[in-house]
Amino acid sequence: MDSVINAQQIVNGLQLGSIYALIALGYTMVYGIVRLINFAHGDFYMVGAFAAYGAFYLFNAYLGSGGVLAFVVLILAMAASAAIAQLANRLAYKPLRYKPRLSSLVTAIGVSMFLEYLFSALPVIGPNPRGFPEIIPKRMFTVGSAEISNYVVIDITVAAVLMVGLTLLIRRTALGKAMRAVSQDKDAARLMGIDVEKIISATFLIGGAFAGAAGLLAGMTYPRIQPYMGILPGIKAFIAAVLGGIGNIPGAVLGAYIMGLAETFATSYNSLLGEGIAFVILILVLLVRPTGLLGEKTADKI
Amino acid sequence: MLSVKNLKVSYGCIEAIKDVSFEVPSGKIVTLIGANGAGKTTTLRAVSGLEKTTGGTVFFQGKEITNMEAHRLVPLGISHVPEGRRIFPTLTARENLELAGWTIKDKKQVARRMEEVFFFFPRIKERASQLGGTLSGGEQQMLAVGRAMVTGGSLLLLDEPSMGLAPVLVEEIFEKIVEINRKGTTVLLVEQNAAEALDIADFAYVLEVGYTTISGPAKQIAADPRVREAYLGV
Ligand SMILES: Nc1ncnc2c1ncn2[C@@H]1O[C@H](COP(=O)(O)OP(=O)(O)OP(=O)(O)O)[C@@H](O)[C@H]1O
Ligand SMILES: [Mg+2]
Repeated sequence: MDSVINAQQIVNGLQLGSIYALIALGYTMVYGIVRLINFAHGDFYMVGAFAAYGAFYLFNAYLGSGGVLAFVVLILAMAASAAIAQLANRLAYKPLRYKPRLSSLVTAIGVSMFLEYLFSALPVIGPNPRGFPEIIPKRMFTVGSAEISNYVVIDITVAAVLMVGLTLLIRRTALGKAMRAVSQDKDAARLMGIDVEKIISATFLIGGAFAGAAGLLAGMTYPRIQPYMGILPGIKAFIAAVLGGIGNIPGAVLGAYIMGLAETFATSYNSLLGEGIAFVILILVLLVRPTGLLGEKTADKI
Repeated sequence: MLSVKNLKVSYGCIEAIKDVSFEVPSGKIVTLIGANGAGKTTTLRAVSGLEKTTGGTVFFQGKEITNMEAHRLVPLGISHVPEGRRIFPTLTARENLELAGWTIKDKKQVARRMEEVFFFFPRIKERASQLGGTLSGGEQQMLAVGRAMVTGGSLLLLDEPSMGLAPVLVEEIFEKIVEINRKGTTVLLVEQNAAEALDIADFAYVLEVGYTTISGPAKQIAADPRVREAYLGV
């Protein structure tokens, strides 16, 4: 075995980090705007993976496999997860919005378990893992010492495009300004005429859509999906958000890539360590810098 | 223009406003004065929809607005500069102003009003690209009034605009309030600084632990011995 840290591992780590980043963004945005740790967020990602699976078999016959189909599947996966996120927001979180925070936290755990059991119980889905189709034919090519598949390129590119889009939305658009304002001071935002509930809905929709995209990418990359697949990535993305400073958007992305790389390096050293490294990071962050890497700056807490 | 009758507001089981009634006639400046904890802020928050009332009615321009949501009252014409300014700290001064135009469809109108604010408060123009949280207290107060000018309500609620300002700035803020009023905006002013407030107001109401007690033309209130003793320190 040559060094644990080599080009191959870095590429794999960035690929995993891209998926974590898409999930972590939803965690951190929702926390920023309603101060809720949405434990069901990993399940929105699971819903996205199943929606992508369903969409593939619906449209495969018409579109063949390839770029167009992948794009349609991506949009549908994002839409499905956004819809579930918004449903959870409206039905479960909104009634508890200004009640003690513990109530919504417990509710979030309830929503999470509900989605997992529901999907296991649905006859068309069921509890058993199933293989994920090759939506785009997989190809390998060699760059230097690393073997790279086109999926690496797809995962990293899709995540990058979405993250740049989100940054522009938050920095440049009126909606983005309103999201920042609501995350800072809801009453002041109301006095500007902003319908705070609408902005919160928009945040859930965007966070959900990003989780849906991650669901599709993860399904393609690690092609086994099942109703409990959201739990571990959800926790890891949550840790990434804490590592970056929960509520901080650039922090979530940074945390996610650190997590992706650390997990990949640790796994190549010892697979058990790979499983546990996320929790080691969590404990270290909580001990050494509980506000997270970027949590102290007055960056936007959304 | 604004008519509040027998208003009641509770925080949990504490009744902060027990029976408050007052009128704000169109084009005038009306002031509510009262000691700490009398319920001035709560009254303004109930009028602008930030606090739910538990009794009484609020009418604005002949329309009942009791318990309407705050964001719906903004386009109807109620602009509220809250206690403590509540500037968005990580938005620039300019972005703070832009957001105040949220409910205005015509963005040219927003731009015109922002120009007016910059003309009115040249300091804000200088600081336009600075983050709200890094502005000085006085600048934040100007920005808060500026935001209300952009929302452009016909009724302006001001909650202690002079709080924490140096005497020169207090003068300046009060002058600006008079100027805004002259241009046609009705003002409801809450102040600790009773002397200054009575000086510019047309009518005044005294608020005592949740009740409106004394009321009348500002000159008359300023001359009332009870008010002079309790609020003017003479
Ligand atoms: N969010 C709240 N929860 C519970 N009680 C509150 C709350 N806000 C205000 N109160 C209480 O309601 C009463 C009126 O408060 P309010 O802020 O309206 O007073 P005020 O006249 O504005 O005082 P000040 O001049 O100090 O600003 C006070 O007794 C206060 O403690
Ligand atoms: Mg007050």
